Amino acid sequence: MELLMTGSAANPSGPRWLLAHAALVFGFLYLPIAVLILYSFNGQGVGGFPPQNLTLDWYRTLFGDGAIWDSVLNSLWVAFAAMAISLTFGIPAALALDRSQFPGKALFRRLVLLPLILPGIITGLSLLMLFNLDMVATVLKWITGQRLSLLTITLGHGTALISVATTEIFAGLQKLDRAQEEASLDLGASYWQTFWRVTVPNLKLPIIGAALLIFTLSMDEIAVSFFLIGRDNTLPLEIWGRLRRGITPEINAVSTIIFIFSLVTIVFWYRLRVRSEGAAEVGTELIEPAEDEA
Amino acid sequence: MFSRGYKTVVTVPPLAWVAVFLLVPYLLMFCYSFWSVSSSQTIVHSWNLNNYQELLAKPVYWETLLRSMWIAARVMLFSLLLGYPLAYLLSFYAGVRKDLLYQMVIIPLWVSYLVRAYAWKTILGADGVLNTSLQYLHLTSHPMDFLLYSPFAVVLTLTHIYTPFTFLPIYAALEHIPRNLIEASHDLGASPSQTFWKVIFPLSIPGVLAGATFAFVLSLGDFLAPLLLGGPSGIMISNVVVSLFGAAYNWPLGAAISLCMLVIVVSLLFFSEKLEKKWSFS
Repeated sequence: MELLMTGSAANPSGPRWLLAHAALVFGFLYLPIAVLILYSFNGQGVGGFPPQNLTLDWYRTLFGDGAIWDSVLNSLWVAFAAMAISLTFGIPAALALDRSQFPGKALFRRLVLLPLILPGIITGLSLLMLFNLDMVATVLKWITGQRLSLLTITLGHGTALISVATTEIFAGLQKLDRAQEEASLDLGASYWQTFWRVTVPNLKLPIIGAALLIFTLSMDEIAVSFFLIGRDNTLPLEIWGRLRRGITPEINAVSTIIFIFSLVTIVFWYRLRVRSEGAAEVGTELIEPAEDEA
Repeated sequence: MFSRGYKTVVTVPPLAWVAVFLLVPYLLMFCYSFWSVSSSQTIVHSWNLNNYQELLAKPVYWETLLRSMWIAARVMLFSLLLGYPLAYLLSFYAGVRKDLLYQMVIIPLWVSYLVRAYAWKTILGADGVLNTSLQYLHLTSHPMDFLLYSPFAVVLTLTHIYTPFTFLPIYAALEHIPRNLIEASHDLGASPSQTFWKVIFPLSIPGVLAGATFAFVLSLGDFLAPLLLGGPSGIMISNVVVSLFGAAYNWPLGAAISLCMLVIVVSLLFFSEKLEKKWSFS
């Protein structure tokens, strides 16, 4: 490292070029976010330079906008329910991949992870086909009165995000010291007791991390929801509907609030992860699927 | 140490759920692609290859697919060009600022996809932020109306969205390179550029492959950015599928196109994984 630095000090154009490039990339990444926030205060609407008549009117409009808040409540409902589904099935799925051998295990692992890497449209449409089967549609109508509703969106999110729960918790299991569980079992605790008193407390950070990730991803999800929507909108779909009708800074205002909200969640999640495994690993679980055979 | 009962309890519920809500839907999509629609708009469950023949016969379908792949390829290329040098800088030169800069790269990743696409729309429009700024500074006299509603706008927006995704695995790969290999390369008299091309770059290839695949695959299937910013010339293959599942009401044909996409995506993932294994040194 030191040698590399001296090596490049002899050739300072390398790092200088890299610095300029990095400044450009960060500019590119943050320009839209800055514009978005700035114009949420612009009295003249979206666009027009320089921004004029800075005002909080759009936030006032937003707070009086019943449809937006209904959709926020819907999104929260979906996100919490999806989190429950993903964790209920993701935790055992990770345990199964870690400790159980069964036919089709490799296929199962790939299948679980598929929604993370597949374009949302494929997952969304294939679920739409499932919910359109006569038998399934009858059950759905019996439960909610409609074929497509927040329930179908929840099932979609819950299923697609099992992938996140499984990868996060599988990574946690890889680092878990099995001797603790073994000791618990040897000392006469049942599997159930061992699970709740030894396994889960040891997996606290991965579980909280997975829950936060699932929550944020579900709140923002649109490609799958797009096909499974019934009468009630989630927040991204409500925004989408409005974008199609024309744009006002009210959308900037709600986006700014979402941004601040996600920022807080991310920083919280990041702190948590750094505490458990160091900065370099954070975020990579989204890219690198867990390798149980490796 | 884990009993048969324990294994059954942790294996069966997720297996059953995934079978019902993932495997069955994907299989249904497969079946649909061989069915057809009658003139009275009901699905006919008779098996044939008509949908696939139609895809090959009508240039509009495969031309749109090729155009989407071209858009996705550009997004992939630009994301790599933006992401790689940044990852390199962070990994080798950032020093104590590494953590902060790393967080700054992943924060935009978590800003709503829709919100970012929308922000680009407000920037690129004829009376958008970019055009009005240029006119305000007297750099142009008329708004440039070719920016929005074009493949350019789609490529720009998707590059913005997928650059952090591409950055992540490249950064992880660079971070995993043992630093003593680089020292050894210097000790043996290699110049910094030789060290980069002969040691660092080859070892980062698995990360590059993972990031490139991610950017390509997710851009290929995108339909919201083209709807919002693409205009008629920026239509992508997923938009065709959306209309076949909506107004055009031809689910079987839509399913056939989706299945082609699925095959392209899965084979790309497969090859990328093979190549990553080949290039990983550990």
